[in-house]
Amino acid sequence: MVMTVVTRKTGEAAGAAAGDGLAKAADPMVAFEGVSKRFAAGRTSAEVAALDGVDLIVPRGSVTGIIGRSGAGKSTLIRLVNGLEKPTSGRVVVDGVNIAGLDEKKLRDVRRSIGMIFQHFNLLASRTAFDNIALPLEIAGIDRPTIEKRVTPLLDLVGLSDKRDRYPSELSGGQKQRIGIARALATEPKLLLSDEATSALDPETTRSILALLKTINKELGLTVLLITHEMEVIKTIADHVAVIDGGRIVEQGPTFDVFTGHTHATTRSLLGGLAGLHLPEFLTRQMVEKPEPGLRTILRIIFKGENATEPMLARLGSDLGIEVNIMAGAVDEIAGRPFGMLVVSLLADEAKITHARSFLADHGLSSEVVGYVR
Amino acid sequence: MSADIFALLVKSTGQTLYMVAVAGLIGSLFGIPLGVFLATSGRGELFAAPSVNKVLGLVVNAARSTPFIILVVAIIPFTRMIAGTSIGTTAAIVPLTIATIPFIARLVESAIREVDPGLTEAARAMGASPAQIVFKVLLAEARPGITSALTLTIVSLIGYSAMVGAVGGGGLGDLGIRYGYQRFMPDVMAIVVLVLIVLVQLVQSAGDRLARQFDKRIRPR
Repeated sequence: MVMTVVTRKTGEAAGAAAGDGLAKAADPMVAFEGVSKRFAAGRTSAEVAALDGVDLIVPRGSVTGIIGRSGAGKSTLIRLVNGLEKPTSGRVVVDGVNIAGLDEKKLRDVRRSIGMIFQHFNLLASRTAFDNIALPLEIAGIDRPTIEKRVTPLLDLVGLSDKRDRYPSELSGGQKQRIGIARALATEPKLLLSDEATSALDPETTRSILALLKTINKELGLTVLLITHEMEVIKTIADHVAVIDGGRIVEQGPTFDVFTGHTHATTRSLLGGLAGLHLPEFLTRQMVEKPEPGLRTILRIIFKGENATEPMLARLGSDLGIEVNIMAGAVDEIAGRPFGMLVVSLLADEAKITHARSFLADHGLSSEVVGYVR
Repeated sequence: MSADIFALLVKSTGQTLYMVAVAGLIGSLFGIPLGVFLATSGRGELFAAPSVNKVLGLVVNAARSTPFIILVVAIIPFTRMIAGTSIGTTAAIVPLTIATIPFIARLVESAIREVDPGLTEAARAMGASPAQIVFKVLLAEARPGITSALTLTIVSLIGYSAMVGAVGGGGLGDLGIRYGYQRFMPDVMAIVVLVLIVLVQLVQSAGDRLARQFDKRIRPR
């Protein structure tokens, strides 16, 4: 099956988002510059390259998601940001400071301005919710009255004021992660790292935790860098995304553009479940690649952003007089914007098809001819 | 039971408590830090020093595999150096302490290894220094385990202290051997054993209660 992509015109809104990203990229919160990480050979294992020449930008104030399969190098990548791992080569610049060049003492100071949350929460079982949130403040040497003043509003923010004196064993997974988030925010960081924070939670709790992260990002202006293997997480909150595979960043940019562009094979496979990306089998079985007179043309129309809500198909019929048959399709939401794919068949000659496609392109809809059926 | 025997019993109990308390205290003072070090000095750990770790591990194993009664006589010169004499209750504390240190160290090591490495990572991510990680995370989280370790240590010490009669250390065990066995007074022997059972029982239930109180991991209701 040949997928010829003739028109790829992004909608106006998507273009604006990309421009926005570029402007912020001039002063990013985090920048990876040619970062490689190799783990030394063990007695039983060969040397492993976890990351290989990674260049990555986390725009200030964004929610940036890194998605990849397990073993792709995500965990190593996020641990380089707060110096839990050191790169073998390259620079990791956080808010203008090269983390890789700091000694332990300076690194500890920098870490206090970077919050981190974990898949398994990592709360101290011996401390109450309040005391867990207080821990980073104690570590920073802050006095008790100030700690009291800081922790109370944080408990409020994560909606667990009534659990103040509860131990982690008395809390649910979602509540534990909320405490984890409050703890990460205690030192008023400028950057929040999230290491698979929702991977141990059920879908409903995941949604509520993601909503909380989004709120924090918007209201506190905190930059969030998260790693995940769940497409759902990226689609829901990331406005910037990087796709990692085999220790390399294979694609990055505004989430909407990357996902709707879906050029790289890894991105495609991660996107597997996204609406309309896969053609229904009944269609692929009888499809041919070459046009013949009398065959119907199968067209994949990609709706992006606001255009998805406009009745373009109807106008194809009324304005151009082409009969449109809908074969498959779905509408999804990415980074808060609608995105849809529609597979249609048109009974028209080549000239009319070209006309139809330029009409769609004029209205910001890209389309591709995927094949022909009888 | 004559008043004399009763007085001896009280005196011996006092000696046992004295030896166990001092040896337990000094043993913990050295044993707990040693245990923390053993648990954190492996390759890639907080105070990574793999070769020191290995050597200390060997020393600890050697000390633990030496039968206590042999340790007591083997270190007599060292005992004399520390206590000024090699006989008597105070002198007996030296070998008791020496035997206690590696015992506590191994128990504390395993209690600390039980602490989820994720907590150490979280603390590092917060900017904690190694000392803060030890005190605020490792020791705090391992507290129930360490409490159980110390309970076990005291119980073992009570048993060990019965052997120091060999160097004139006195104590309940000594009383039992000299009067109960050598002078054919089975009632003294029975009472000594009874007092030891009561002591161990008290220590064990106090330790268990404390450990339960520290343990916030499970909350049966």
